[in-house]
Amino acid sequence: MPARRDLKSICVFGSGPIVIGQAAEFDYSGTQAVKALKRCGYRVILVNSNPATIMTDPELCDATYVEPLAPDVVARILEVERPDAVLPTVGGQTALNLAMALAADGTLARLGIELIGARADVIERAENRQQFKACMDSIGLGSARSEVCHSMDQALAARARIGLPIVIRPSFTLGGTGGGIATTDAEFQHLAQLGLDMSPTTEILVEESLVGWKEYELELMRDQADNVVVVCSIENLDPMGVHTGDSITVAPVQTLTDREYQRLRDAGIAILRAIGVETGGSNVQFAVNPKDGRLVVIEMNPRVSRSSALASKATGFPIAKVAALLAVGFTLDEIDNDITKKTKAAFEPSIDYVVVKHPRFDFEKFKGAERRLTTQMKSVGEAMAIGRTFQEAFHKALRSLELGVAGLEHDGITKAGGEPLAPTLPKDAVLERIAVPSPERPWLVAEALRRGAKQDEVVRATGIDPWFVAQIAGIVDETEGMRGKRLADLEDDALWRLKQMGFSDTRIGQLVDAAPLDVRAQRKARGVVPSMKRVDTCAGEFEAHTPYLYSTYERPFEVVEQGAAWPRFDDEARPTSHPKKIVILGGGPIRIGQGVEFDYCCVQASTALRAAGGTGFETIMVNCNPETVSTDYDTSDRLYFEPLTQEEVLNIVDVEKPYGVIVQFGGQTPLKLSKGLLAAGVNVLGTSPDAIDRAEDRKRSAELVDHLKLRQPPGGTATSKAEAEGLASKLGFPVLIRPSYVLGGRAMELVHSMDELRRYLDRAVAASDDRPLLVDRFLDGAIEVDVDVLCDGTRVVIGGIMEHIEEAGIHSGDSACVLPPHTLDLPVIDEIAEAARKLALELGVRGLMNAQLAVRRNRVFIIEVNPRASRTVPFVSKATGLPLAKLAARLQCGATLDELELEYGPLDRPMTRAGLGHFAVKEAVMPFIKFPGVDTILGPEMRSTGEVMGIADDPESAFYKSQLGASLRLPTAGTLFVSIADVDKEAILPAVRRVHEAGFRVIATGGTHTFLTGAGIPSVRVNKVREGSPHVLEEMAQGRVALVFNTTVGAASVKDSFSLRREALQRGIAYYTTIAAADAASRAIARVAKGTLEVKPLQAHLSSARSGHA
Amino acid sequence: MRALLVLADGTAFSGTGFGAVGTAEGEVVFNTSMTGYPELLTDPSYRRQILTLSYPEIGNYGICRRDAESERVQPAALVVRALSPVVSNWRSDVDLSTYLRDAGVPGIAGIDTRALVRRLRDGGTVMGVVSTDAGVDVRVLRERAAALPGMGGCELISQVTCQAPWEMTEGLVDDEGRALPRPAPSRHVVAYDFGIKHNMARMLVQRGCRVTMVPASTGADAVLALTPDGVLLSNGPGDPSTVPHVVAAVRALLGRVPIFGICMGHQILGQALGASTYKTPFGHRGANQPVLLEVGDPPKAPAGRVLITSQNHGFAVRPGGLSTGRASETNVSDGTNEGIDARERFAFSVQYHPEAAPGPHDADVHFDRFVSMMDAFRAQGSAEGGASRRAS
Repeated sequence: MPARRDLKSICVFGSGPIVIGQAAEFDYSGTQAVKALKRCGYRVILVNSNPATIMTDPELCDATYVEPLAPDVVARILEVERPDAVLPTVGGQTALNLAMALAADGTLARLGIELIGARADVIERAENRQQFKACMDSIGLGSARSEVCHSMDQALAARARIGLPIVIRPSFTLGGTGGGIATTDAEFQHLAQLGLDMSPTTEILVEESLVGWKEYELELMRDQADNVVVVCSIENLDPMGVHTGDSITVAPVQTLTDREYQRLRDAGIAILRAIGVETGGSNVQFAVNPKDGRLVVIEMNPRVSRSSALASKATGFPIAKVAALLAVGFTLDEIDNDITKKTKAAFEPSIDYVVVKHPRFDFEKFKGAERRLTTQMKSVGEAMAIGRTFQEAFHKALRSLELGVAGLEHDGITKAGGEPLAPTLPKDAVLERIAVPSPERPWLVAEALRRGAKQDEVVRATGIDPWFVAQIAGIVDETEGMRGKRLADLEDDALWRLKQMGFSDTRIGQLVDAAPLDVRAQRKARGVVPSMKRVDTCAGEFEAHTPYLYSTYERPFEVVEQGAAWPRFDDEARPTSHPKKIVILGGGPIRIGQGVEFDYCCVQASTALRAAGGTGFETIMVNCNPETVSTDYDTSDRLYFEPLTQEEVLNIVDVEKPYGVIVQFGGQTPLKLSKGLLAAGVNVLGTSPDAIDRAEDRKRSAELVDHLKLRQPPGGTATSKAEAEGLASKLGFPVLIRPSYVLGGRAMELVHSMDELRRYLDRAVAASDDRPLLVDRFLDGAIEVDVDVLCDGTRVVIGGIMEHIEEAGIHSGDSACVLPPHTLDLPVIDEIAEAARKLALELGVRGLMNAQLAVRRNRVFIIEVNPRASRTVPFVSKATGLPLAKLAARLQCGATLDELELEYGPLDRPMTRAGLGHFAVKEAVMPFIKFPGVDTILGPEMRSTGEVMGIADDPESAFYKSQLGASLRLPTAGTLFVSIADVDKEAILPAVRRVHEAGFRVIATGGTHTFLTGAGIPSVRVNKVREGSPHVLEEMAQGRVALVFNTTVGAASVKDSFSLRREALQRGIAYYTTIAAADAASRAIARVAKGTLEVKPLQAHLSSARSGHA
Repeated sequence: MRALLVLADGTAFSGTGFGAVGTAEGEVVFNTSMTGYPELLTDPSYRRQILTLSYPEIGNYGICRRDAESERVQPAALVVRALSPVVSNWRSDVDLSTYLRDAGVPGIAGIDTRALVRRLRDGGTVMGVVSTDAGVDVRVLRERAAALPGMGGCELISQVTCQAPWEMTEGLVDDEGRALPRPAPSRHVVAYDFGIKHNMARMLVQRGCRVTMVPASTGADAVLALTPDGVLLSNGPGDPSTVPHVVAAVRALLGRVPIFGICMGHQILGQALGASTYKTPFGHRGANQPVLLEVGDPPKAPAGRVLITSQNHGFAVRPGGLSTGRASETNVSDGTNEGIDARERFAFSVQYHPEAAPGPHDADVHFDRFVSMMDAFRAQGSAEGGASRRAS
């Protein structure tokens, strides 16, 4: 059946900010879906609060609402837009929950809006654990023994019946938040209570533990003609007990016979039918007992998911696009297979390679977090690799992780963040350690084998299937066999074997004590070079017309031509002879500080270059992150799904012979490669590496700022403890201190006293050895400002100036910010723009530059200059309508700003409220809920995983929306609790007064209470926790506090208030730890008290901004 | 041990040998299934073929002998990218290499199987030689491969069919080999064994049929003498146009007993109904072939449904010549014929493998259709019989 014509307009729900468990994959799936729907001729309306997404680019949809994904806000959008249907299945759990809420409150029925892709009863049946289990029983499929509980009493009774160990799963939470495995009664009580608290329906499932069983996933699609296909099967290397998002996963399944696999497939199809998924994609998870093959259904998701993004990248089958088309009435056999161009989507991809996905963790950001991997997802990103064998793909995945590992070397344990293993530790102790799943487990397994553990001992300790253990053992044995060998000793056959097993040049270099480039030269001289193969969905049965490529090592074969035999590789790259081929290096796995913003920039760059007039450019994307839009096979002209290492990039350059390589958009990952690429003779486009060094090298950048006669905070570098202490006392406390070589503010701290400094030095110097430390005078009370500019070497365009809401000292990635600046005076804004302009011109920037500045008493200081795309680029682009990354890509490839102005229209945007006509607030979204025991107080080290944008005509509404977008609904009534450090007391008054005047009751701790009384604001005194019961924590726990303003100075008061912040986090209580944020919140509360929020599509905001400019 | 695969055009792949030591020749074909090598290796339709598996990691779960589809390993040789160093499955009896060695079948691993597949796809299947013999010379193998006759016109059914009729009593079993519950047999199916995969018979036994296997040379009268309720035409190797006597026997059976053809059986039924067959460039071998039911047989097999099917064939039916019945199913990917429906003569057939093993179970509905057809035929027969008695 063709597309439904009774539908004219469709509203698509996005997934909101990146959080753990819900990452860039939903921009990938959402973008595919909205593109597909647009091509069918529908009016497409999008709601998504996350500006760092391709899907929210204003040209993609007819109306793009960058608004909070809250039922009341979305209901208003639906009232305005009156779409015929809502597609809730491409925006993750957030979109499904939103759709359920709008169905439950009658909004959809009232407005006559149809849910397509999944009906409410289908979602309910799949997500409600009781209903799901009943449904599985009805079709004769086994599930783990379990009971649904709504109270602690019920939970304890269930635990008595099922026994320990036991799994606790809260209903309706993201990524299994609040779940876990309990092995003791105490653990059980703790987890059960946590789960009940976290579940929006106060519901948990208490379940038989299947720890140690093999875990599988199927990605299936069904159309309205009841055709069902399995797109991909996935086997988890880590057995049951580790969340699938935290597991190493492998496609296709490796250790199931056809009999067992078909049983899974039959079950998956039966489940889709029984649950009633009429159209679209679903994911079903299974456990199989390795001892007897017993099959148990774990869960299903009636929507596209992280796994479906992985499955799409793993097979070349675009699940989200097909799901969108099925939702509007197509059947699978009516949809073309883009890769083969000949065949249809009604088939099951067959692959002739192995895909390995490896999670990326970032535990070092979260002091106090438990590193053990459990059923609650904790990874922040992932890398995927393709190889012709498991060993090759596994090796490629390891080096894609951006941990600085080359393979399974011993150092991997610490590089993955684990405690080092004592060299003398016997294998039994290592075996004990590998029994606990952890981020470093692959390296520990290798080490256990190196220390003499038998394969079956590793299998018993870890539950990892013997086949995978054998593969890892094969790698270890190979390295052991190379002991004492030199590069020249390696025979051709050995080199081939190593490369076919996926050993990197770097790893081979480690083993034979040679530089990676020497290994490269040696193997190239001997003809040991990779072949590029295509991902074709069909294992070679049909020709692939889409250049979606991966590298692998295959030995040559011989062909007979003209009577003689010739060696031949089957290389499928078939590079074009386009004169302007541009390689764009992506950002690799998402981790904190290196988020989806960089993928956004890469995609925009590719889009702009492909669309450039004249002969245009051919773009070649290189990336290893399966979640992203950049790794969609039609984002660029060609896609190499490869690790972002020098070795792999040079291999691609060898094959493609590009005009140049762009390293500016993918964040630190590609920037790190630029020197090596340059040395290898690659044309690195854009700002010169010397200019980058001049900006990033601490000493040179200080000279640069001096040279331009700009201000910077006093500071210096220290290479020893004594030097650091001397420097600090000279500068005066507080000082900002950090190692010189890190990104995302890792190990950066604000230090208030010599004692604190010494504590820091004890920790940080141990962690960073002989690397210098940067020590700067901290500008307390300063306003921090971010500027993004475009420069072609002679002209500068200010892209956007953002005023941070949190003061200097909070990492810019974690700070909320406002565009245009809402408190700065015009002369200050002009001075900031002028400073940025001077820096860009002096550095000779070609493309983007980001500068961070601080304004203190109207004096402007330069904090940091980064001549590359920054994480604020997508936010600025959304707020101003200026496509910064697109323009920057063109600048790097030779265009001038004047030329681009002819194509894109006037580039200079108004930088003030009067000119722009609206305000945009970016708020950071924090993952603290996933890390019990971690303090939520913000600091100089970045910990946010994502961002949202609130946009409105006034700054107060924009701020309110930004908070709501970040899942924090500011209260409009209730009790405000205030506890403020002495230095901040005067400054907090206006905020407290405003909230009081909005009708709030105020409670305060002793000193603050006295102060407020003196200032004429009535308040009730409440005990601090250490002052004894009844205290404020009890007030909060009993739901009697709606809003908290709490500032602290020094470690002691931070520690005191820790439990308050965790309580607020668990209960979703608005909690502000800085004056500036409290002030912004108070204004927003006062504003919302006055009237309702308006919703407006981005297109309307931007067109009024442009006309305002004209 | 070093091994070579040499194609008739001289292309030579050098790899590592496993399985038996020796030299084997056959048509080089590829299968894109990602699971099920034990079943593929025992499918008689692979007789005289060198089977290349496009999925690279093979041998991971060893061999469970109970999963075999016939009494022996059928292909002449096996070609894989990577052979598993271990076996991981609780049901496994033996590792793949040992299994092949015991069967006298050589294997070659470590070659660029994707390059080989692409070559076969672009140039069509070719004859080839695999050798794991020590010190074998590539030039000798080139000459040998070049001299091999192709599969066109090659009659192989006589090599794989049973020598005498026998009764198949085994139905479907659970993982440990225990029979699944099934109804007592109430119908009798005679199965022409052209190289039958046992799961076809198991599927019928499971549905309450007694199955008698008969040699391919059995005449129509001999079949009818067994008083069958239905006749199954099985799969089998080689060129379907080389067995006109079998086609004649089937033609003689048409209308006298319900007939269900599978794969070779489909090609033979097609010829019996007037169609011709042809050799395809590289066939369909895999577990992901989409087939659209154009005619359909509701409720279980409605028109418009797409089945994902298991396939293994190098020849196909050109349905244009059908004098009775109609082309009922089509391959979604390449439009080739996948089924014939001649329900007016109580006959139908499919080009693919509804018995799966290995592969998806989407098409098992055809066995239900066959059972229904037998019951309908019997009912009609007794009705007619009743009518004729009244008339007399």
